[in-house]
Amino acid sequence: MARTSARRRNAHPALDLLDDAALERALRRMHLIRKFEEAAEQSYIRGLIHGTMHLSIGQEASAVGAVAPLRADDYILSTHRGHGHCIAKGADTKLMFAEFFGKDNGYCRGRGGSMHIADIAGGNLGANGIVGGGLPIAVGVGLSAKMRRSGQVCMVFFGDGASNEGAFHEALNLAAIWRLPVVFVCENNQYGMSMSTARSMPVANVADRAAAYAMPGQIVDGNDFLAVFEAAHAACEAARSGEGPSLVECKTYRLRGHSKSDRNLYRTKEEIESWRARDPIPRLRDTLVTVGRLSDARAAAIEAEAAAEIEAAVEFARTSPDPDPRELERDVYA
Amino acid sequence: MAELRFAKAINQALADAMRDDPAVVLFGEDVAAAGGPFGVTRGLLDAFGPQRVLDAPISESAIVGAAVGAALCGLKPVVEIMFMDFVTLAMDQIVNQAAKARFMFGGRGGVPLVLRMPHGGGLNAGPQHSQCLEAWLAHVPGLKVVVPATAADAYGLLRSAIDDPDPVVVVEHKGLYALSETVDETLVRVPIGQGRIARAGRDATIATYGALLREALVAADRLAAEGMSCEVVDLRSVQPWDEALLRESVARTHRLVVAHEAVEAFGVGAEIAARMVEVAFDDLDAPILRVGAPFMPVPFAKSLEMAYRPGADRIVAACRRLME
Ligand SMILES: Cc1ncc(C[n+]2csc(CCOP(=O)(O)OP(=O)(O)O)c2C)c(N)n1
Ligand SMILES: [Mg+2]
Repeated sequence: MARTSARRRNAHPALDLLDDAALERALRRMHLIRKFEEAAEQSYIRGLIHGTMHLSIGQEASAVGAVAPLRADDYILSTHRGHGHCIAKGADTKLMFAEFFGKDNGYCRGRGGSMHIADIAGGNLGANGIVGGGLPIAVGVGLSAKMRRSGQVCMVFFGDGASNEGAFHEALNLAAIWRLPVVFVCENNQYGMSMSTARSMPVANVADRAAAYAMPGQIVDGNDFLAVFEAAHAACEAARSGEGPSLVECKTYRLRGHSKSDRNLYRTKEEIESWRARDPIPRLRDTLVTVGRLSDARAAAIEAEAAAEIEAAVEFARTSPDPDPRELERDVYA
Repeated sequence: MAELRFAKAINQALADAMRDDPAVVLFGEDVAAAGGPFGVTRGLLDAFGPQRVLDAPISESAIVGAAVGAALCGLKPVVEIMFMDFVTLAMDQIVNQAAKARFMFGGRGGVPLVLRMPHGGGLNAGPQHSQCLEAWLAHVPGLKVVVPATAADAYGLLRSAIDDPDPVVVVEHKGLYALSETVDETLVRVPIGQGRIARAGRDATIATYGALLREALVAADRLAAEGMSCEVVDLRSVQPWDEALLRESVARTHRLVVAHEAVEAFGVGAEIAARMVEVAFDDLDAPILRVGAPFMPVPFAKSLEMAYRPGADRIVAACRRLME
């Protein structure tokens, strides 16, 4: 994997941990997320999807970078802003869109929708409509892995806003005292709906809170795939070797509103533009091209393939059948 | 007469109460500058300032707990829980603390707290953002629960809730916020526990509350065309509910349907039906029927949510069965 060249010497140490296939996969998944979200937005405008949605445009590096060190049999728990985590874990975008469209062949047979997409077989134990809802569940997933001595890790995503819920503090404490293989990944996009972290927390970083539970709390540039990967990799290694949980805080930004109804009145155009200039996707692509791990032509092909996959996924969802109302009470047992 | 949106009526009640009583304060997520996720608290930060309209972090238990403490010591907090589904995170403070305080302290302390929370489906919001959980709260001694169906009642019940010396839960249907109605220029308080006859009729009584009132009135129109005359009672409060009014109505119509959007099993309708059997059995010519959602989570897909939610069709069907 390591082709040494003069240009590579100053490159990121994470590059030594990832072979070319892994790097291409990461870039492809970041493109897939971006195009998934853009297509979701378009489908909403065209009236093809209903309900609400929380887009993760701008946060692709934290999802893909965090999940990249996971094994196929590791678990993730996701949030209301969860499409990226799901794609990062390798989900089928056709089945994701089908769920989003409320179709019978979606990941949750149309019963859950955007906020509840889960791919249980693929190790994604679900997005969550309750802020912080996944955090305590992760403790139990970690407990199960530890008791089964499976070597699996549970990675749970949450937002900056979620770290103000009691569930966050209870979960970190429990995972710490039981020394569980859990990696807490905070995607700090600096707002919980309209409330900035400067207004919602007295500490500057969510990672500062890890100290209260005697676990490592690392802060990384969440728009830098390699930095996120490196921190997540270390946290996963620690979890697998019995050292217990860690917290990784990815400083990032959502380029879209909180949900479709957000009028973005609480932040400035300049702020949004300054983060657009730090777009994680061209950043990874340019780094890989510069260090010679990817050609321009291959980079362009990856993006085009992702676009084609998403286009086909939307078409698949659009032409899939609605759930049959006669099956309304399917899976209802009490 | 004037046109008033349901959301604006609530906003008006909050503004009037805050103007009348400096002890009234608002807390919640996104309620201040953002004006609330449904726009209900828009303009109140500007009118009353950041001392009285407080944005809180996503900490439902602490938000409600802080309101309980503030209420014990002279303030009158009105808290917004963004979706009723999230009340689960504040249940200890509501059920074990707020609801018990006056009794537990031998009457030497009370919690004049108002909790506003939107319930209900129809927005394709899925299983965790669509529930109607009012029966849970109505089941707790020490809590009052009101569910306005009209803009005038949204104003009047909220004013009464804020005046009340004890905790009151005001449940608002999300689907009503944007709807307008013609109302009297002067809005007045509506006493908690008092229902109203929304439409007079002879053959059967449909008792309902909240968003299902509109469906019940549609059902009554359709049944009138078939020659069946239905009385529609808007309960307005579900705890306490207006037993006397319903008894009187049933004494005239001899038939009763209780309709709500919440799941039918163990619901408000079950309590009302059981009580009416106890007190009005001799007046009844038919079994009391309930119309509610099936006993299952609220599904996301449009095709399923439409099949799930009770509406005029099911109320009509129940009324026809009463006449068989
Ligand atoms: C318990 C609970 N409270 C409130 C909400 C409403 N809500 C949904 S997302 C959100 C903001 C979450 O902020 P953060 O955790 O920072 O995640 P982000 O949206 O920024 O990705 C809020 C308040 C909810 N879904 N669940
Ligand atoms: Mg956030």
